[in-house]
Amino acid sequence: MPQEKAADKETAPRSTDIAVCEVLEFCEGVVETAFDRATAIRPCPIGAEGACCKHCAMGPCRLVGKVERGVCGATRATVAARNFARQVAAGASAHSDHGRGMAFALLAVAKGEAHGFRIRDEAKLHAVAGYMGIKTEGRSVNEIAREVAETALAEFGKQAGELIYLSRATKPRQEIWRKERIAPRGVDREVVELMHRTHMGTDQDAENILDQCLRVALGDGWGGSMMATDISDILFGTPTPLQSQVNLGVLKEDEVNVVVHGHEPTLSEMIVAASTDPELVEYAKSKGAQGINLAGICCTANEVLMRHGIPPAGNFLSQELAIATGAVEAMIVDVQCIMQSLVEVASRFHTKLITTSPKAKIEGATHIEYDEVHAYNSAKEILKAAIDNFPNRGNTLIPKVGEGLIAGFSHEYVRYMQGGLYRGSFRPLNDAIIQGRIRGLAGVVGCNNARVDQDAPTVKIVRELIKNDVLVAVTGCAATGAAKYGYLRPEFMAQAGAGLREVCEAIGIPPVIHVGSCVDNSRILTILTQCATEGGLGEDISDIPAVGICPEYMSEKALSIGSYFAASGAYTLFGLPSPVANSPEVVDMMVSGWLKRFGGAIEFEPDVDALIQKALSLIDEKRRALGLVEYDPDRFGQSGDRVLEEVLARLPEGELLNVYSTER
Amino acid sequence: MSRYIAQAALRGANLIVREAEEMVEAAIAELGPDHPVAFINTAYYLPVILGFTGLEVTNLGDLRKAMAHAKRLLNSPPSQQLWLPYLGETLDAGAATLLATETIEGVRFARGEQPEPIPGLKLTGTSFTSPDSNGGQAEGGFANGPIDDIQLRAWGIQLVDGRMPGFAAIVGAARSNEAAVAIVRELQKRNILVFLSGNVNGRSIIHQLQEEGVEMGYDTYIVPFGTDTISAIYALGFATRSALTFGGMSGGQIREILLYNKYRVFAFVLALGEVDDLKYAMAAGAINYGFPVIADTVIPQILPTGVTSYEHVISMPFDDIPGETDAEKARRLVQRCTEVRGVKIKITEVPIPVPYGSAFEGERVRKADMRVEFGGSKAHAFEYLFMAPLDEVEDGKIELIGPDFSEVPEGGAMNLGILIKVAGRKMQEDFEPVLERQTHYFVNGASGIQHVGQRDITWIRFSKAAVDKGFRINHIGDILYARLHADFGAIVDKVQVTLITDQQLFEEWLTKARQAYQARNVRLADMVDEAAEEFYSCTLCQSFAPNHVCAISPERLGLCGAYNWLDCKASYQINPTGPNQPIPKGICLDPVLGVWQGVNEFVYQNSHQVVERVSLYSMMQDPMTSCGCFECIAVVIPEANGIMVVSREDPSMTPAGMTFSTLAGVAGGGQQTPGMMGIGKYYLLSKKFLYADGGFKRIVWMSSFLKESMAEELKAVCEREGIPDLLDRIADERTATTVEELLPFLEEHEHPALTMDPIF
Repeated sequence: MPQEKAADKETAPRSTDIAVCEVLEFCEGVVETAFDRATAIRPCPIGAEGACCKHCAMGPCRLVGKVERGVCGATRATVAARNFARQVAAGASAHSDHGRGMAFALLAVAKGEAHGFRIRDEAKLHAVAGYMGIKTEGRSVNEIAREVAETALAEFGKQAGELIYLSRATKPRQEIWRKERIAPRGVDREVVELMHRTHMGTDQDAENILDQCLRVALGDGWGGSMMATDISDILFGTPTPLQSQVNLGVLKEDEVNVVVHGHEPTLSEMIVAASTDPELVEYAKSKGAQGINLAGICCTANEVLMRHGIPPAGNFLSQELAIATGAVEAMIVDVQCIMQSLVEVASRFHTKLITTSPKAKIEGATHIEYDEVHAYNSAKEILKAAIDNFPNRGNTLIPKVGEGLIAGFSHEYVRYMQGGLYRGSFRPLNDAIIQGRIRGLAGVVGCNNARVDQDAPTVKIVRELIKNDVLVAVTGCAATGAAKYGYLRPEFMAQAGAGLREVCEAIGIPPVIHVGSCVDNSRILTILTQCATEGGLGEDISDIPAVGICPEYMSEKALSIGSYFAASGAYTLFGLPSPVANSPEVVDMMVSGWLKRFGGAIEFEPDVDALIQKALSLIDEKRRALGLVEYDPDRFGQSGDRVLEEVLARLPEGELLNVYSTER
Repeated sequence: MSRYIAQAALRGANLIVREAEEMVEAAIAELGPDHPVAFINTAYYLPVILGFTGLEVTNLGDLRKAMAHAKRLLNSPPSQQLWLPYLGETLDAGAATLLATETIEGVRFARGEQPEPIPGLKLTGTSFTSPDSNGGQAEGGFANGPIDDIQLRAWGIQLVDGRMPGFAAIVGAARSNEAAVAIVRELQKRNILVFLSGNVNGRSIIHQLQEEGVEMGYDTYIVPFGTDTISAIYALGFATRSALTFGGMSGGQIREILLYNKYRVFAFVLALGEVDDLKYAMAAGAINYGFPVIADTVIPQILPTGVTSYEHVISMPFDDIPGETDAEKARRLVQRCTEVRGVKIKITEVPIPVPYGSAFEGERVRKADMRVEFGGSKAHAFEYLFMAPLDEVEDGKIELIGPDFSEVPEGGAMNLGILIKVAGRKMQEDFEPVLERQTHYFVNGASGIQHVGQRDITWIRFSKAAVDKGFRINHIGDILYARLHADFGAIVDKVQVTLITDQQLFEEWLTKARQAYQARNVRLADMVDEAAEEFYSCTLCQSFAPNHVCAISPERLGLCGAYNWLDCKASYQINPTGPNQPIPKGICLDPVLGVWQGVNEFVYQNSHQVVERVSLYSMMQDPMTSCGCFECIAVVIPEANGIMVVSREDPSMTPAGMTFSTLAGVAGGGQQTPGMMGIGKYYLLSKKFLYADGGFKRIVWMSSFLKESMAEELKAVCEREGIPDLLDRIADERTATTVEELLPFLEEHEHPALTMDPIF
């Protein structure tokens, strides 16, 4: 059964994860962590509500109390919208720059310049070439790959027209984007324009600012992120389900533990490949270790989990604690969500913190720069440094906490799993929603946030949703969070409502499916689009009984994700206080304004119970709008192995079964 | 799936694929890779393999390729804990199982081990089916094996018009013989084709039915494939060929083939008795086709839908079904089956003491089993339907005038006249023969009753069994009354049936009837295309061949032979929004080719803009499309400057170098193929028969079946054409099966085609 730490009323909430709690206890007085700092630092109440404007040197202006305008006259609405929009721009930039990196990697591979890489999934290459209108017939894989890479790169710098991938959305959705003039022209252009428009004295109409913010976000979801996912699949293989383990217990006492952390899969793929290099394994043995053990943190973890089953050691808030186990020889980081404090924590142990991206250096860390051309050798060099560090290991504290999980649900597999090679489609899922076996769908995504009990909101929300027959797709740190409590085990369907359980049992899936890292939220867009086009659930994402939830958001990327979901027609609920709370006008714009125009919205609801109720009522509203049968949890439960198992259990030993009766 | 089923199916699939592979290798080692492999009378090779892979298997070596394909579809069974998803994987393994089992049957055919010998089994096949196999032959002793293309096409029209809603693939053995019979009877009543295979501990439902004296064979809609599970593959071969034959799909288009079956072929698997790993694996294969599985034992149910339209797997433990007797339980079981598949069935309750349904239409009553006959060589019988004013018909009155057959000795004969008086506001005199002709089908539907012929050559037999159950002459009236109201209620308001055995009255009415038949003949002869204001369409087959449109004129009936112009007219009256719509002829664009503007427009619209132009009287220029149900195929033989006509019943090689089955594969599917066309056999008799191409005189070769079964009619045509011995100058399969044999024959008999204008 999943392990959760019972809430302790005496102390401030820290984590639901007992492994984390065990290491935190040890850290007390030894090493400072984000958990400690979160207690020490109060969040700035002015910044938190989007009330602070520091876009020019006349400020910073705090628009609080009776102050309705800044020095320049900017209103609360303008300031809140500008702050929000700039956060989205930063988040979208992070995802899109990741996508650009993948496109460059593909180009290098196509040109034969990237040692150690090859194209793993030619079928996906052909599919992507198809989306991009690239001719494939009679051309070599590398030729196609090169044009795909070049076309992808051109999407970033495109100045006019529309992003190619917008055509993957439903027709009505594309029409809405055009009509509301938020169809992105080029990934980079929209970000630059947003930065321009939010400059002092430029765009001072909150709604207009937010429109550009949505355009930027769409450039992420249907641009940078979607291309990042596609190209990762082309280079490293489209994920299919696999088993793995999660939590700090995956670290091994007798092996060289190497933790990959960050977001990009290129280097980590090579690390995975090099970790089984016989030369290095021998080398590890020569240093007294039994082998090399890889584990992950954050979304690099999700990338290598989805494709290779490399176990995640934890999510965002576990990063310092992995080092604090004393068992990690090296933590290799690339970009995004890497705490600067890792250097400090690592210095208390033997762990080497190795930065690898020229975009992300950290003072005090070892920098071994990685590039695609020498990828395999870089990986070997890094692993060698880790192995060399094994003899320096001191006392360790590896919590004996681990949980099994199933990951690897690419949208291609989601289609396959509903009918196999010949009959794969979204019909079974749509049927299940139509009949009410599945009440609706939810994407539960996002981060950890030291301001809330680690994992607690995520697991509570997921648990309640599946109990209410909502099929949940998870990504990013929310996925790792759910996994730690066994929610990604297929056996967990026992905790689901009867209808959802029937569907899970029919397909063999957990009620919570792991669709990937945070850039892979693009897979959720594809899944929802396929549901819409399969028929029976309206014509667009906004018709489907589905909801997006980001319970523990921390990163600006989450706001970008929420924004592109809203613009794509999904109602997205965030589980923290609103960063635009200072302007009720903007709050309303993002809820009822967007709902009217796009069929989606962003709403912030820090009360977990209220958020769950809101999610369910949103789903039920959509069901009603589609004219589907009212959700009734009591109608189902006769499907599956249970009856047979009960008959067999009742059978007295030695007696022959009468196959013709359940009564015997 | 459920995990239990997935485990069993994946275990079964892995095992059977390995077994099939070993069998192929052993056979190749023994017989060589070039040793031929073929099913009987089919143009579709091994149909499931063809459908899934596009491979045209002709020898053992080809089977290796099929097996390589199968192996790629395999996966491991899901583990006990932390299992991976299994639905897609199990369905794929099911597909692998189908490839493997068909491969095994292919090897068995290569070794001469199929159809399977079943001592004492006699099949009631029609004379022409499977003549190459032992199945259906007089001596019997063999299971049917795969259904051949001929039979598939013969059932085609019934499958498409809903008279035959689908098929039940029964695998295993029933709880008891009583249950076995009841299940099959229930299915027959619903006109559902019954395919039998498999066994439980060596005992098969085939044995059970054999013991109970149930007639099996094409004629009774009960086809025994074999007593092992593997032979159930023939059901899926039938399904695959339905899509290839009627859906216009080709090998390798498997997703389309499977979806075609999901949406258009109403079939299900009925697993009787314990379900083992192989049965689960086969069932997984069947689910790919959208066919659900219903078991009479305790197995896991899979109720969510999607791959199938309704539930995937249903468990109805037989002992737990409410009911006093096994027969009652069986009835409930079959009811549930049809619900699960969503089979739409219209059953007309006919109040007679024997089972009733069109599955009994083909039953024969042998002389030894006969109690009494009406007509035939020792007596006369006739049937005559006529309309009367509403107030002159007493609805529901069924009367026997004259003695019953109680005085007739067993096996004896007596005269019978059947007078059917109908009235209705929408009834027309033209509909009299249309309705009268239904008597054959209606009366034949009673179990133990045989009806042959029509008009004054009617011949009816009552079996001893039927009479023992209480069947009497007046029950014919009950049948006609119930069915006419049910099927033709839109045009018939009142029906009264008088059955005449009284000698004097019999003679009196016979004379009146003959006068009416003669008047109708004259009227029919007057009915020419030029005189009709509108033709009729038949798009019945669009449920199977989506772009096909039959344009039916008074002088050209539908290619299935089942719908002539009057039938269509009546059908339109019955159902004004149905598949038979009037086509206003519009301007005649070409009287020789038979091209009308109205016809072109109608066909263009209703073929979904595929067919732009149709000539009614030519097979060379814009010929009509063919769905797949055609009775005959006309094919140009360029060397002879003529055409040949091969009938569905003729399995032999033709001078075109192809058998009917192979030709049908080319002609069907709703395509316009100049030089090749499906036709109804009575079109041969029409003055407009390929009028633009030279008419009847163009025929240089014709299946002997046609020559013999329509001897009188054809003779009249030859006389009309001015060459009374023309029929003898036309070759058939007895005189020529190649062009090389055909040409000397034609020269020797001075066939007129040789001197006609070039056909091209």
